[in-house]
Amino acid sequence: MSEPSKVVFQVMWNRLISIVEEQAQALVRTAFSTSVREAGDLSAGVYNDAGEMLAQAVTGTPGHVNAMADAVGHFIRRIGRDTMAEGDVYITNDPWEGTGHKHDITVVTPSFHRGQLIGFFACTAHITDIGGRGFGADANDVHEEGLYIPIMRFADKGAVDQTLLAIIRGNVREPDQLVGDIHALATCNEIGHRRLIEMITEFDLGDLTGISDFILTHSRQATLDAINALTPGVAEGQMRIDGYDRPIDLCVKVSIEKDRIVTDWEGTSGLDKKGINVPLVYTKAYACYALKCAIAPEIPNNAASLAPFEITAPVNSIVNAVHPAPVALRHVIGHMVPDTVYDALDKLLPGLAPAQGAGCLCNFQVSLRPRMDAPAPEDAVRAEVLTFNSGGSGARATLDGMSATAFPSGVMTMPVEATEQVGPVVIWRKELRPDSGGAGQYRGGLGQYMSVGAREGHEFDIQAMFDRVDHPALGCRGGGNGAPTTIARGDGTAMKGKGKQFVPHGGRVDMAFPGGAGYGEPQERAREAVRRDLALGYITPGFATEQYGMTQEDIDAVLAQAKRGEEF
Amino acid sequence: MGQAGTRLGVDIGGTFTDVVLERGGAWFSTKVLTTYGAPEDAIIDGMHQVCAKAGISPEEIGQIIHGTTLATNALIERRGAKTALITTEGFRDVIEMRTESRFEQYDLNLTLPAPLLPRNRRYVVRERLDARGDVLMPLVRADVEALVDEIGAAGYESVAVGLLHSYVNDAHERLIAEVLAERLPDILVSLSSEVSPQMREYERFNTTIANAYIKPLMASYLGRLRARLADEGAECPVFLMHSGGGIMSLESAAEFPVRLVESGPAGGAIFAADIAARHGVEKALSFDMGGTTAKICLIKSQTPKTARVFEVARTYRFKKGSGMPISIPVIDMVEIGAGGGSLAHVDGMNQIRVGPESAGSEPGPACYGRGGDKPAVTDADLVLGKLDPDNFAGGSIQLHAAQSAQALEAVIGTKLDMDATEAAFGLAEVVDENMANAARVHAVENGEDLADYTMIAFGGAAPLHAARLCEKLGVGRLLVPEGAGVGSAIGFLKAPFSFEANRSVFMRLAAFDGSAVTALFAEMEAEATAFVRSCDAQAAISAEHRVYMRYAGQGWEIPVSLTAEQAAKPDAATYQALFEAEYKALFGRVVDGMGIEITVWSVNAFTAQERADRVTESAPAAPPQASGTRALFDPAKGAVLQADVVERGAFAAGAVKAGPMVITEAETTIVVPQSRSATAHADGTLDVFVQEKTDV
Repeated sequence: MSEPSKVVFQVMWNRLISIVEEQAQALVRTAFSTSVREAGDLSAGVYNDAGEMLAQAVTGTPGHVNAMADAVGHFIRRIGRDTMAEGDVYITNDPWEGTGHKHDITVVTPSFHRGQLIGFFACTAHITDIGGRGFGADANDVHEEGLYIPIMRFADKGAVDQTLLAIIRGNVREPDQLVGDIHALATCNEIGHRRLIEMITEFDLGDLTGISDFILTHSRQATLDAINALTPGVAEGQMRIDGYDRPIDLCVKVSIEKDRIVTDWEGTSGLDKKGINVPLVYTKAYACYALKCAIAPEIPNNAASLAPFEITAPVNSIVNAVHPAPVALRHVIGHMVPDTVYDALDKLLPGLAPAQGAGCLCNFQVSLRPRMDAPAPEDAVRAEVLTFNSGGSGARATLDGMSATAFPSGVMTMPVEATEQVGPVVIWRKELRPDSGGAGQYRGGLGQYMSVGAREGHEFDIQAMFDRVDHPALGCRGGGNGAPTTIARGDGTAMKGKGKQFVPHGGRVDMAFPGGAGYGEPQERAREAVRRDLALGYITPGFATEQYGMTQEDIDAVLAQAKRGEEF
Repeated sequence: MGQAGTRLGVDIGGTFTDVVLERGGAWFSTKVLTTYGAPEDAIIDGMHQVCAKAGISPEEIGQIIHGTTLATNALIERRGAKTALITTEGFRDVIEMRTESRFEQYDLNLTLPAPLLPRNRRYVVRERLDARGDVLMPLVRADVEALVDEIGAAGYESVAVGLLHSYVNDAHERLIAEVLAERLPDILVSLSSEVSPQMREYERFNTTIANAYIKPLMASYLGRLRARLADEGAECPVFLMHSGGGIMSLESAAEFPVRLVESGPAGGAIFAADIAARHGVEKALSFDMGGTTAKICLIKSQTPKTARVFEVARTYRFKKGSGMPISIPVIDMVEIGAGGGSLAHVDGMNQIRVGPESAGSEPGPACYGRGGDKPAVTDADLVLGKLDPDNFAGGSIQLHAAQSAQALEAVIGTKLDMDATEAAFGLAEVVDENMANAARVHAVENGEDLADYTMIAFGGAAPLHAARLCEKLGVGRLLVPEGAGVGSAIGFLKAPFSFEANRSVFMRLAAFDGSAVTALFAEMEAEATAFVRSCDAQAAISAEHRVYMRYAGQGWEIPVSLTAEQAAKPDAATYQALFEAEYKALFGRVVDGMGIEITVWSVNAFTAQERADRVTESAPAAPPQASGTRALFDPAKGAVLQADVVERGAFAAGAVKAGPMVITEAETTIVVPQSRSATAHADGTLDVFVQEKTDV
């Protein structure tokens, strides 16, 4: 029999993954912002003493994947390994050394065992407000986007920095939420640390060296095997999207080589004046995520499994923005990265990648306040309410797209009932949007309608963060395009897809979020599937006639059956 | 005339229907195959069998307690009634849009589970309440009447009503119920404000729809069952086990059948709680491992932990989020795809993975010799010496070790350069670690440290793995009770009549209103007590009060138990102190200066159960004679050891014997590793405990 330690290492690797899942769960349970506790916009991971990531919780945010993997190295460099002590907790919201914008707070905690530094825990969460102009696209540089917290100590040997807390409290709109969230981040690292020490004690280890080597060696090899099983080749992909007030071209070249896949963004548009620029860490995260989904979905994320995916982009292209570019809404373009990569990958590995989808999340934030045009009622309040919503995903080579489902992001929406508990906001409508999924042999996922207003006595600003107003998701292999985004006031006047816009007392904003694109020629779609789409109201009679050539007689028959509540 | 001391417990499971008769302290049990077409047939059959064993007629049965997977299966297999949903305009698709996320991040070909009701069965009305329950848009009766006529014309059997914020104000839902009752008196109605009055529309609507969906089926089954039992002479009252671990009336069960979901496993937890009481165990971890899944539950002070939401019908490798949420009071369990039949493979990273795919009974694990060529947990157990090939399941199935070894070598050994034994070791370690991780995470989520827990193991596969799990979890003591094969049905007979009332009412401690709290608790206690009273006209009824608290702005509450005194004379300072103590236990630190609020109020009314008598210590007895020896792999040692084989019957109360050893019985095998010793108690329970370290 060979060494039983092989089995023990397997057990410990499983344990580390379980520890980071537990760490993430603790964050959800203790966080204050709905973005964290309801939507799961967070991540958590464990690192060896060199700052290499060993395991990461599978949470809602591929965007944090690579960024978090790199972050701990920055912390070690800035804080200084020699000055680290038990009870320390470090913090930052640096877009370039954290996860891409100031609204993500990253907290890192060193793990000590018998007085020796053996590793780190890190976690990141998207918080509701960090001051400045608020969460939106309007800033002209990063300084307008809110309070900057450089990499620094949040707690020094257990003592929380009260000066820092006072500065934070004085600079943000929801100080209780933010301070509560920072405590939650520190708590979740602490819980991870406790479990790690239990594991080390149980297996009688001095440090993480052995298990770290085991994880990284196996992951590297598995990733290389997956890459080397592909036929080498080079292909280019493009996507044009709205941008802030001029269109943005995303251009990528994907090269499958021995032992690596290189993704180069040469040719992509330059920086934008407004806050939709993307730090490279975030571009890397989503490019890498897209490739991992397609090529190596089962290999857990860690330093070694991510390393063979190399991502480069020209400095100050919009996907490699450097300080002081405004970056608050880096997710809008970041979320378009996977479909751009897939445009190239589809030429190398046909049939693997989906058609284009809605791409970026359809988020908006409302800042409510007592009406100012007339006396407001006594109980009127100020509140910041952030919502995450999704359009449709693109159809796959053998499957319809998913309706109102996030891709590539994995965050959840907030329940409307929970959102309306946060502030005096009213969501009047949140439901699927018929005809928005591109026609095809496989249909794109549907987008959704939403309408938002305020309770009596309030007015508000809405921060729109939408794309695909002018550039819908494009169909694949003959499939139709997804429907574009629309946004308008209650009276039908169009509004802008991005930026802060005022809505007076009694006003309402009606939004329609984009659908995913179709895959394959519509006439190839199974007739039963078309009938079902019509019966369930995923498409209207007009769409059924135009796209699928359904006869009026057929349509009437299906609708009559649907009205009787029959199954399809 | 039925006799109070004669009770029948019936558990309908996926494969077997377990029937247990208790009469004057004696137990008679049987297992019959579940009869899917008419589940009552198996019950009648089993009832006659145990009556014959006890030498009584069905007339003498005083009470029948029943639990069933029928409700769960109807949801999993989508065999419910033609059901309509009436919901708020603008929110037709809540159950289809779910959380708008993907439960598996890296699968490009993910398929989301279909909603329980397709879109053409979901109807809307114009109306709207705000988060405080105030009316933003009134509900017009004429609109409801028109809609109800449309629903009537389509021939629905059942209707679910779920309106936004109805957990605060149920007036609009009531108006719809009123119109439905007037115009469609035969249709069955489920209101979200009654079925699950809790915030978060997706969970509440889905729970209400699930209730409506299985209501005609369950109401009809329960009616037939009562009639059949009466025909056969058992005219006694019939009660149902609910998912919260208590018993409710047949009428309540027909009204709220969603509360029957997972009632079988709940019975198992009650069984374990009873064992804990018998042995004076304050903190128990129940471990139930069968053919396809393992269930783990925390039991403190002989009371299983409860929760307010869980997920059924997971469609994707038991993955969280791939099923549908049900928010009702439930015994809080983790269920993972790890059982005797769970299959192993080696993944792309050369890691052994086990489950959730299961070999089932056909072809079964490789060792069954029925054509299975993939190694299952049972194959590993056999190769490691934990099972006797000639005496599996009472000798009914002959096991073939050579085929196990072959499957292990083919699927694992060749890839990882391991022999059959090491491959089996790896497989068993991975499945044990999976279960240990699930237990660990569950404990942490509840702020518990397993080191001071005692494990109680039952179900066919549990005693084979329990001691290793204890080693991994640092649990010092393991109890393996008798009757473990029909544990859930026994548990039904140990359960109290109970009903839990819940309300979502937000209250900041800063604006604490003591008289409102008193009134709220009184109203809920009256409601819960009335349900229990309908089951038992005489018994004394107790009530437990609980509030769910959090820092204002958090989304997840933690339960805080109150004494009767604290509920009757509420004050903010006491509630705050209780909350902070719980929070600190869970998360290590409190958050200073943050407002605290109560979100959910709960009152659980129940009849007091006789506490099981404590088992008395047995006088020391001579160690049992081994019937032979067997090569047994000891995972903690990483080596094969010679282990004594002892028949369970040979283990006299008070006898002590050190491991390594395997204790055999008809239904299962208890593995005692070298790190443990075993003793038997007067009630037949085996007690496996850490051996004093002599040599290592």
